Amino acid sequence: MERPPLIAKQMTFGEQSLSAIFAALAIATAYVATKAYTPAYAFHSALFSLGSIGAVAAIFLRYRARPAEFPPLMIDGRPNYNYGPVKFTALASLFWGIAGFLVGLYLALELAFPVLNFDLPWINFGRLRPLHTSAVIFAFGGNVLLATSFYIMQRTSRARIAGDLAPWVVVLGYNFFILIAGTGYLLGVTRGHEYAEPEWYAILWLVIIWVTYLLVYLFTLARRAEPHIYVANWFFLAFIVTVAVLVLGNNVEIPVSIYSPQSVIVWAGVQDAMIQWWYAHNAVGFFLTAGFLGIMYYFIPKRTGRPIYSYRLSIVHFWSLIFLYIWAGPHHLHYTALPDWAQTLGMVFSVVLWMPSWGGMINGLMTLSGAWDKLRTDPVLRMLVVSVAFYGMSTFEGPLLSVKAVNSLSHYTDWGIGHVHSGSLGWVAFVSFGALYCLIPWVYNRQLYSLKLVNWHFWISTIGIVFYISAMWVAGIMQGLMWRAYTPQGFLEYSFVETTEALHPEYIIRAIGGGLFLIGALIMVYNIWRTLASPAIEPAQDLAASPMPAE
Amino acid sequence: MSQSSQHAPAGGGFHKLLETNSILLVVGILLMVSVGGIVEIVPLFYLKNTIEKVEGVRPYSPLELAGYNIYVREGCYTCHSQMIRPLRDEVERYGHYSLAAESMYDHPFQWGSKRNGPDIARVGGKYSNDWQRDHLRSPRSVVPSSIMPGYAFLASTPLRGEHMAEQMRVLRITGVPYTDEQIESAQADLLAQNAADAPGAAEVQKRYPNAVLGDASSKAGVTEEDALVAYLQHLGVSVDFKIYDDKANVR
Repeated sequence: MERPPLIAKQMTFGEQSLSAIFAALAIATAYVATKAYTPAYAFHSALFSLGSIGAVAAIFLRYRARPAEFPPLMIDGRPNYNYGPVKFTALASLFWGIAGFLVGLYLALELAFPVLNFDLPWINFGRLRPLHTSAVIFAFGGNVLLATSFYIMQRTSRARIAGDLAPWVVVLGYNFFILIAGTGYLLGVTRGHEYAEPEWYAILWLVIIWVTYLLVYLFTLARRAEPHIYVANWFFLAFIVTVAVLVLGNNVEIPVSIYSPQSVIVWAGVQDAMIQWWYAHNAVGFFLTAGFLGIMYYFIPKRTGRPIYSYRLSIVHFWSLIFLYIWAGPHHLHYTALPDWAQTLGMVFSVVLWMPSWGGMINGLMTLSGAWDKLRTDPVLRMLVVSVAFYGMSTFEGPLLSVKAVNSLSHYTDWGIGHVHSGSLGWVAFVSFGALYCLIPWVYNRQLYSLKLVNWHFWISTIGIVFYISAMWVAGIMQGLMWRAYTPQGFLEYSFVETTEALHPEYIIRAIGGGLFLIGALIMVYNIWRTLASPAIEPAQDLAASPMPAE
Repeated sequence: MSQSSQHAPAGGGFHKLLETNSILLVVGILLMVSVGGIVEIVPLFYLKNTIEKVEGVRPYSPLELAGYNIYVREGCYTCHSQMIRPLRDEVERYGHYSLAAESMYDHPFQWGSKRNGPDIARVGGKYSNDWQRDHLRSPRSVVPSSIMPGYAFLASTPLRGEHMAEQMRVLRITGVPYTDEQIESAQADLLAQNAADAPGAAEVQKRYPNAVLGDASSKAGVTEEDALVAYLQHLGVSVDFKIYDDKANVR
């Protein structure tokens, strides 16, 4: 005979209402699937329907398995952290990272050997490229941000994450958004805005997920035992809030029909261009910079065991960075039909932006004061520090490229591709790898399997990045110069396709660089897999001790 | 942490208010990130040189619009720009620099950001329909060292053109001046523009001046390739630069 529970087990309001909502969504989307204008949209509606049924089932199974009482917020005076969503997103980021790097490598090979397009719709360059950019930025980067932000906000607040189902809605819902977006690209569902390709229904879903994310963040902060909100959280909040503003601003669109995947954006031409690059540049600024600076502000001090170099500098560079970044978008539209004054504003603010960017770099690097020797012995820390160095390099290159005279040469060429990859591979991916090498052993209570393999990962990937970005510098500057070359008689010296032919060797070198980077990431996956397969260490030996407060 | 507190200024002042109150912090962030966007975006909706109308620019015909949809769907903008900069070499290579008005009916704009292939803002009328078809089906058969993917599948895919009127109606809500007549005759116009032997070609060209007529047979049905070629043939041909006064639109 079972012992009666102390309190009667009951479904919470959240469990009841969420299963009702998902049940309604399952029926509605199943109906839409039968009426869809295109097979791709029918497929997506069916995915939504199946996903909703899965969600209802998951809520019920979880309810049956869980005890009547909720997990306590504190155990023995210590916060009872919830690492479930952190673990899920940390491992998801590895999966999406490998997928995104692989697609990137394939695209590089398509440019070198166009026969690899096989004249198929689903894998031609135009459809695969958004898959690559979304997979690495939003799937890999997004999951890293979810994992680290959910970890950092709990640790620095000394509080368990707010909500029972809400954190899972965020992490599972976000990955479902990735699935819809990614399969959409392959099937030809796109809004045709770079880095903002997902169509209206995917964006509607994302907005719901994102608002939940913000609420989970704010409610967790509200529970904090620390009076001050730690600096990493400022950056995560700026990232969450501003990305919400940007996505809403760049997605003011009317669906052609509820049965059509297609929507019409309300503005066109020059207004659409300005809003798109306001969005896209600040996706870099707030998704790929502010969010990952939040990671830097937690993991570098933790790994070195030193406090942040300057509290004052973090205040100054935080506010100036977020104020200035927003202005820089028009540098993507130099010499276009955008009015000159807007281009000039974009250029000036981009150059000024150099300062707060380097403020962040200095704050990260100088945190190693007194601990520089650790770079020799700890390859994880080396990865984190080199990422900050790459951040410094690409935030110097960015202002340089935003100068109109330089941009007239570099724009439309591979120099831009090299620039984003020095930032994304060198900064974003390396700081992510460094953070994951810390985070995964911490949340799973494991010892990292091999530091030697981290060292191999570090060097192979670094050499890969060097191959990649130097090939793109050569390719970009060469093509830019060839486009504007004149014969002594005053004719254009090269036809367009001659400039394409000239890029072939650089495209092969770039693919080699990308291949090396992928090999490094695969070494990491092996290392993590061996780490997780190893026996857990004593929980008492908590590697991630108390958090570093803001002051 | 005793070490970190050495680095912290005593008191904290105004910033202490922000970093101990998450709502104030969020409000502060929102204020800081609003300024730049408002200053740079809002004026574009009323300044003369961004909303000017230029003689000759017209909304896409149904067939061209269907082709534009395919252009967006296949991600052509990832390799081709449609924005000629006012630089000597670009103007000589591609033609007159692009005007804001030339993309005023593009929802979304397709200016592009990378040229893996050449700019095609003014590719309309430069090549015959046949050349465009050969090039789409097998780019290297016409340009041996081209790195463009082949799009032979477009020629064998029937166009799903039954929802063009619906799209045109939504475009009209956003400001594209389609008339009731144009929307009602969308389906007929789409067929008439494509097939040389179909009736109604004259009406299409009346409703959509400069529309390039197709040369397919009306029995074959409209393919996606037909629509894409009609769109490409319309690129950059709207404005007659012999009579366009660029001094009047200095930007």
